[in-house]
Amino acid sequence: MAIVELTNICKDYQQGKEPVRVLKNVNLTVEKGEYLAIMGPSGSGKTTLMNIIGCLDVPTSGSYTLDGQDLRDLDDDAMADVRNKHLGFVFQSFHLMPRLNALDNVALPLLYGGVSLKERRERAAEALKAVGLEDRMDFFPNQLSGGQCQRVAIARAMVGKPDLLLADEPTGALDTKAGNQIMDIFRQLSNEGMTIIMITHEPGIAACADKTYHILDGELRTDGNLVKMGGGEDEED
Amino acid sequence: MIENIRLAFQGIWSHKMRSVLTMLGIIIGIAAIITIVSTIQGTNEQIKENLIGAGNNVVTVNLNQSGYSYDMSWNPIPSGVRTITEETRQELEQIDGVEKVSLYNSRNYVNMVYYLNAEYQGEIYGIDSNYLSVYGYQVKQGRGFTQRDYDQFRKVLLVDTNVVKNLFGGESPVGKNMEIQSEVFTIVGVVALSEEFAPTINSLSDYHMYANTSSGCIYMPITTWPTAYQFDEPQNVAIKVKDTDTMTQAGKAAADLLTDKQIQDPDNSEFDYRSQDMLEQAQKLQSMSKSTNTQLIWIASISLLVGGIGVMNIMLVSVTERTSEIGLKKAIGAKKKRILLQFLTESAVLTSLGGLIGVISGVILAQVISNIMQIPVSISGVAILVAVVFSTLIGVIFGMLPAYKAANLNPIEALRRD
Repeated sequence: MAIVELTNICKDYQQGKEPVRVLKNVNLTVEKGEYLAIMGPSGSGKTTLMNIIGCLDVPTSGSYTLDGQDLRDLDDDAMADVRNKHLGFVFQSFHLMPRLNALDNVALPLLYGGVSLKERRERAAEALKAVGLEDRMDFFPNQLSGGQCQRVAIARAMVGKPDLLLADEPTGALDTKAGNQIMDIFRQLSNEGMTIIMITHEPGIAACADKTYHILDGELRTDGNLVKMGGGEDEED
Repeated sequence: MIENIRLAFQGIWSHKMRSVLTMLGIIIGIAAIITIVSTIQGTNEQIKENLIGAGNNVVTVNLNQSGYSYDMSWNPIPSGVRTITEETRQELEQIDGVEKVSLYNSRNYVNMVYYLNAEYQGEIYGIDSNYLSVYGYQVKQGRGFTQRDYDQFRKVLLVDTNVVKNLFGGESPVGKNMEIQSEVFTIVGVVALSEEFAPTINSLSDYHMYANTSSGCIYMPITTWPTAYQFDEPQNVAIKVKDTDTMTQAGKAAADLLTDKQIQDPDNSEFDYRSQDMLEQAQKLQSMSKSTNTQLIWIASISLLVGGIGVMNIMLVSVTERTSEIGLKKAIGAKKKRILLQFLTESAVLTSLGGLIGVISGVILAQVISNIMQIPVSISGVAILVAVVFSTLIGVIFGMLPAYKAANLNPIEALRRD
């Protein structure tokens, strides 16, 4: 069963007078439980694609179905609800609330989902335990290492039991060791049946996924591993 | 909501310096308003207390010329105005709420009144037998006026304690002689208010208000009045009412009756009778001090406005600073309303806190002023409540724009900025 179904997605941005087409007729189907990496150099449109999949942006044309639900014509609040209930985000720079401790950071999405305080705390503790940070619950982000921060962010993404985990350069700000730790967690989540879409420009990280698609100049090549994009081009930027 | 308030306090606490500076405008504005209101109310209560003291439920009805009190000290006997007869006096006593009516002649400014070589500068009254009881005076030394004094036009005087103090150096004046308009009068007694009414004098204006009465009063029988002054002076009327609240009403009724009866052709005369009671005077004084202070409150409100703009400014900075935080919150499912509420709460908490600090400093300031300038203050709970509510309102109003801006941030833009 397909979780994500993108059909003929186009996205234009106004740049000066001329509209610039950032995504060109993107078609993408992600099945439940798939672990997919999307690779591309900067400016290729991969972040825009991620934003559209993550319901943070709306396509100029084309249709997007998430878990069977057509997302056209949803207003801002309905989109917020979709993000809250169905999606989990992991960002390159963690985006943790500096004034909240690890537990409260993880519990935040549940607050927006209207879960009671007691249940929020319980589920957040559980999620932190799953990423191996049960002894860091009271720590504030500035007391945690980068790797630990990203694990808190993963716990936050997973606490709402989403259908899809979206990761935008999850290891971009981490050293190799911490990066590998994160990849181990992703692998474990995937093994437990989580659908993951990861954006990266590091071939080594992309290799951790089951499948890699490449995006270049707004065009997504879903013929996957066979495309010879070459890592050298990516590393230029 | 409680979560929002907790977060707001956390935010304020983590930027102590900035928060205090932001609140300063609100603090100063609210403190100023509380101080002003407290002193107004204190002063007003004092005015009322001073004017409507013990035994002061008396209305005087005086002859007026074109709206100004007609003063016999330097005016001739008015033409077309009759003297008040005993029948009219009794009629006045029939008015609703009136207890007793006294007729008297008076001079507010006198000359040619001496004790030995000392010239007397106070007031002189020619009084009927009701006067002392209407005003609540009692004879403290010697005797009061007898029927004989009245019948035989005796040249006898009563003086009050101020005269004893000022003119006789505190010694008993009974039996001593005074010269009024070249006539020799004998002092037979000293009168004083039965209930001590001592106005509190705190300022120069208070002093002027009470200066007349404090230099003293001399009384003679009204029948003797023409001996020192002249015949056919229209009398003043002092009316004692049963209840302070009906003073104004009874006074007006008496004035109308007198205008009707005493003045020939009242419709065309420039003369009429007007009542003057302490309650009315107190209200006039109060409204005067109120209107000057209303201006002060307006000025203080400008400080609140400026403070509000300061809050808006800082909130806008705060929104910009926390752009990525807002973006993340939106990404993980926070709705617009929640973001809006978060920032509104923060600015409202900020200004309420400022208001609270302002109230406390205002109360302290009012007490300090009260101690230094000897002005009574009365701190009103209503004013405090209004101040706090108002400062919260400022936070909501001036937080609106920043909060709206935050709520409508594009999450993509917001997340991109780090």
